[in-house]
Amino acid sequence: MKQMNITSAKYNSSEGENVSINCTIDGQQLSVPLDPANRHYAEIMRQVEAGELTIQDAES
Amino acid sequence: MSKARQLADFSDIAPDIGRRNLIINGAMQVAQRGTSETGVTSMKYANAPDHYQLVINNMGAYTVSQSTDAPDGFANSYKIQCTTADASPAAGDYFFFWTKHEGQDVQHLKFGTASAQQLSLSFWVKSNMTGTWQVNFRDKDNGRLITGTYTTNSADTWEYKTITVDGDTGSSGFTNDNNESFSLEFPLGAGTDFTSGTAPTAWEGSVNANRAASNTVNIASSTSNYWAITGVQLEVGSVATPFEHRSYGEELALCQRYLYWWDSTGSNYAFFASGPAQDTDDLRYLVNYPVQMRATPTLGYNGPLRSFGRVTVNGLSSVSLNVQTQFSSAIRVEDTGHAAGEPYLLGAQNTYSAYIYFEAEL
Repeated sequence: MKQMNITSAKYNSSEGENVSINCTIDGQQLSVPLDPANRHYAEIMRQVEAGELTIQDAES
Repeated sequence: MSKARQLADFSDIAPDIGRRNLIINGAMQVAQRGTSETGVTSMKYANAPDHYQLVINNMGAYTVSQSTDAPDGFANSYKIQCTTADASPAAGDYFFFWTKHEGQDVQHLKFGTASAQQLSLSFWVKSNMTGTWQVNFRDKDNGRLITGTYTTNSADTWEYKTITVDGDTGSSGFTNDNNESFSLEFPLGAGTDFTSGTAPTAWEGSVNANRAASNTVNIASSTSNYWAITGVQLEVGSVATPFEHRSYGEELALCQRYLYWWDSTGSNYAFFASGPAQDTDDLRYLVNYPVQMRATPTLGYNGPLRSFGRVTVNGLSSVSLNVQTQFSSAIRVEDTGHAAGEPYLLGAQNTYSAYIYFEAEL
């Protein structure tokens, strides 16, 4: 099945820990939690593991 | 015959005589995202009735809506109108219409046991196309499928359809959690990758070639085509009973487990959340969801948004989840000019079209 079109992804951190991923999915700005049960996070991780997407580090 | 005997006999036919309908938003009452969307070409939850997913791949374009065209006793339907045709779909093209269930909500179906329950699906459907359509009952946990069919006999006419299928005694049952276990799938058109098989009428391993094998119609064949559905009910038992109408408030609460939506249609300066400045450039806004969400949700938004307080900042651009659970979130906004501890409000900046949402769909 055709999956989401993710055009950017960057970790958002708080007090030194990653807490979410700010990304653009199908043209929509989203902030995605690090929860495997979340469909956006699951797809981000699938694309990362497939080598289709890189998540940028959070700004320090 | 005593009333008790009559009730017992009826319970054998329709075991769930209390809350019967497993379908959320079966009457298409709730449309939090909006009531219409044009140019739909891909997989998404659209601006149309909640909790139904469009799954489209290279199969034309569509306007979808929460339509007021509905059969007697209903106010709304989910209408899909083809606007760009694909009369000759490639092998891998498809258009499915889905609604999904969490595993913990289908444990009473007893799949994977000798007592697996029969299921009866009923719904109202209307289309300009006459012909045969397939419906798929899908077990995601075990990769299994059973199908039924319905026929639209008269063009442009609301017709009531029922389909009963057996429970699945041959699976390992549904996982008891908050992830997708069971779904209903309505194929609206597909290429040969999905039509070249034979639609199973007993549970078996799911094969793509069987998922639209009985369809004699293709919604993408013409821009004249439409398909509309409402009154969707899935219940335990061998008989489809009359639709279980629920109030708007009940359906909204059920939908909010998967989508909590706020927008500024009521006021161009509407406020959504409040919270303090953490320091000069970091605000945190607390949002408590009206119901526990299925999973930790995604935050989406559209502005312009503003932080309102001692220093008002317009056109917020850095909005993200900070601390989040299934119950609440802290929205983090990064801008400038604040002092730690100052109170602020988050809301629309002179627009009726701002929105913020939390989404935990399956």
